[in-house]
Amino acid sequence: MSEDLKILDEVTNSEYKWGFVSNIESDNAPKGLNEDIVRFISTKKNEPEWLLEWRLKAFRHWKTMTEPKWPNVSYPEIDFQDIIYYSAPKKKVSLNSLDELDPEIKATFDKLGISLEEQKRLAGVAVDAVIDSVSVKTTFRETLAELGIIFSSFSEAVHEHPELIKKYLGSVVPYTDNFYAALNSAVFSDGSFCYIPKGVRCPMELSTYFRINSAGTGQFERTLIIADEGATVSYLEGCTAPMRDENQLHAAVVEIVSHSDANVKYSTVQNWYPGDKDGKGGIYNFVTKRGICLGDRAKISWTQVETGSAITWKYPSVILKGNYSSGEFYSVAVTNNMQQADTGTKMIHIGKNTKSIIVSKGISCGRSQNSYRGLVRIGKNADHARNFSQCDSLLIGDKCGAHTFPYLEVANKSARVEHEATTSKVGEDQIFYCNQRGISTEDAVNLIVNGYCKEVFNQLPMEFAVEAQKLLAISLEGSVG
Amino acid sequence: MPTLTTHTLAVASFLQDAETFAGREDQNSPYAGLREKAKEAFSVMGIPGRKQEEWKYLDLSPIANTEFRNAGAAFDFVLGPSDAESYRLAGKEALLLVLENGKLNTHASPMERIPAGIRIGTLSTLGHEALVTEHLFRHAAVEGEPFVAMNTMLSHDPLILLVEPKAEIKTPIQLAFVAVAGADPLAVTARVLVVAGEGSECTVMESYHTYGEGAPSFTNAVTEVVISASARLHYTKVQVESGQAQHISYHKVNMARDSYQHLTTLTLGGALVRNNLHIRLDDQHINAYLNGLYVMNGSQVVDNHTLVDHAMPNCHSNELYKGIINDRAQGVFNGKIWVRQDAQKTNAYQSNKNLLLSNEASMNTKPQLEIFADDVKCSHGATTGQLDDEALFYLRARGIGEANARTLLNHAFAADVIEQVENDDIQQSLMHLLDTKLN
Repeated sequence: MSEDLKILDEVTNSEYKWGFVSNIESDNAPKGLNEDIVRFISTKKNEPEWLLEWRLKAFRHWKTMTEPKWPNVSYPEIDFQDIIYYSAPKKKVSLNSLDELDPEIKATFDKLGISLEEQKRLAGVAVDAVIDSVSVKTTFRETLAELGIIFSSFSEAVHEHPELIKKYLGSVVPYTDNFYAALNSAVFSDGSFCYIPKGVRCPMELSTYFRINSAGTGQFERTLIIADEGATVSYLEGCTAPMRDENQLHAAVVEIVSHSDANVKYSTVQNWYPGDKDGKGGIYNFVTKRGICLGDRAKISWTQVETGSAITWKYPSVILKGNYSSGEFYSVAVTNNMQQADTGTKMIHIGKNTKSIIVSKGISCGRSQNSYRGLVRIGKNADHARNFSQCDSLLIGDKCGAHTFPYLEVANKSARVEHEATTSKVGEDQIFYCNQRGISTEDAVNLIVNGYCKEVFNQLPMEFAVEAQKLLAISLEGSVG
Repeated sequence: MPTLTTHTLAVASFLQDAETFAGREDQNSPYAGLREKAKEAFSVMGIPGRKQEEWKYLDLSPIANTEFRNAGAAFDFVLGPSDAESYRLAGKEALLLVLENGKLNTHASPMERIPAGIRIGTLSTLGHEALVTEHLFRHAAVEGEPFVAMNTMLSHDPLILLVEPKAEIKTPIQLAFVAVAGADPLAVTARVLVVAGEGSECTVMESYHTYGEGAPSFTNAVTEVVISASARLHYTKVQVESGQAQHISYHKVNMARDSYQHLTTLTLGGALVRNNLHIRLDDQHINAYLNGLYVMNGSQVVDNHTLVDHAMPNCHSNELYKGIINDRAQGVFNGKIWVRQDAQKTNAYQSNKNLLLSNEASMNTKPQLEIFADDVKCSHGATTGQLDDEALFYLRARGIGEANARTLLNHAFAADVIEQVENDDIQQSLMHLLDTKLN
């Protein structure tokens, strides 16, 4: 076996670092899905009547839909009746300080490397930590409240700010949108809610940490972010899940509303359990993320680093409705072993002088399949719309695949749309150059791949950029093209 | 397989025609089974709807909802030798063969001038040749391709070109397909098989025209090309049918070791045009160049689908497609490149550039790469935009009127593709066609 192959083999042996199970007693709903389960979830969460009605409408619509088959991924049929749709940590008490936090949960966070105290003290990051669908602790709420910023769990927001929820829930991703959005709308357990009032610049990065804990529970998060006129916010989402053999379904919905002059930046690092090297286990990540630039000069920016999940299927999108609004999408998707990713974005240009940028970097190793699927649509009235897309793929090993499916639909003559894509490998000459200068082959690959992803990592907030680089290093450990 | 199709007037009448035709054909012929299979496939698939990914941007209802009169084989030729000359595009020296409603018009074609080294005939004269039974109907697969299936079940007497090994044919061969428009909507089935023998070289052009004015015609053209080892083939496809014509073509090429091809597809006419190109690089060290140009106005719809299938290592493909879309025209480009797992050291490039000249015009582009090998260099680029204001200003500052300046820039944009055509005579006549269209 040549050196290259040996090292390639080693990659497949790198174990999932975040695999552990916390022993928190869960309060589970029975398996399966019917109207009673939807009512059960709603009752559990003490929800008002209108929200239950909305859930039921979504559920009834979902029953009329069929699972989409068009993504470039394959997996065994999901039995939607074999899933627990609600799981909450039992010892739920309202907490005033971190000290009251369940020590188990705290330990979980410590293992994740996001010690709340440390973050609170040092990083100034407000964390809304979500374990199995119930928001356990929201930090820095008071500090934020002084500025009028609302940052809370979704269920709290339902009680405290029903008018906002009523107005915006489903306004960007209606429950009729797609199969998984409908499912989420029916059974979503919790999530985060964020509202930045007019003209306020959020002084810190807002952050949630999702963690799927109980076996056999699908996580159905719902995030709603509203930036009122002239507001600015940067939002971080990080995800990990323990090692489990059953495939777990994650079908989240994220909605972002950006009013005139508002600026929302949404960053994700996703390193859910990808399954073992034979493709056993792992998370199914079927997510609908969409933002709308409602007013003029609004801006939404998505940055994602996808290294986990057995199957990733998500297209963070921006609807550019306001004139002069802009959308950005920066993505690094790494697939290894048997992982499959079908990810990309949609930029829908409706307003005049709108612009969008898409930078997507795919890296495939092992026997994985990595697809970029993106849509750029320039509407009839979107005069002077501008788009630039770049999607590059890097292949490491000869058993993986890289695919690009860009759709460019232009119906306005003043639009300028450009798309370019390349596929390449880590060059032998590049590695040789590094070797010559005393850099080991492994470090060289790391260096080259990091350089390849730099354009995207530069978009990440500081803390995440560091984490993303580490994640990449773990995913690629020892791999040489 | 789920049927997303609409069984319409057209489908029913085509199946009826196939039934009649099958009754007349010799059931022992080596092709009868293939035709039967095609008929079955077509009756299942019918005419595809827009829910099917491959037909997403093309509305075929004008075809699906028309009851066509199938041109068939039994009719008297209208065109004579003097008519033929008006379709000449491959230069004075070229051998011009006229195919009237898909059938070789021997009266208008100088069959005696066929150059040495090449045999040209039809299924009825060359059908018994081993080369023909080996290749005809066998490369353009009917699975998933309803129009190939339809063509296979209906094509009475395909045209066959056999280039002898090592033959170097200097005379370009032009196949002029002329649809003679009549009172009723007419369906024409055009079928060509080209086998380029080992080490041979040849220049072939297919051109599509309409004769007279009348009801719309629908041409279903399928070409199978086999390029043997070390052979070189220069191929041009020109579509200048009337503004009412519907045209669906499927061009399948199989390339062998060390072979070379340069294929240009020019689409200027027709109301609804779909060009499918499927190039399979079946061995090593192959060079394939695919160029395309579509210039559209009025309410034309032109859809170009290309698939370059790199099955083996060390090959090179280069694809350049350009389009100018004016008025209410709609352009579609879908370019697929597959690089299979064994196809290491592949170089595959693709570029699609479009000019939108009107606010009613639209362009849908989908360049698609599917790569399963790691040591490759592949890239694609796609742009849609308008004329460069600065270039326009530069010309106007030098006293060139705006209309002229625009024409000049449009010409320069499009000429890029035509200039790559290797035969000077062909290049010249294509340039002339382009200018006529742009003015």
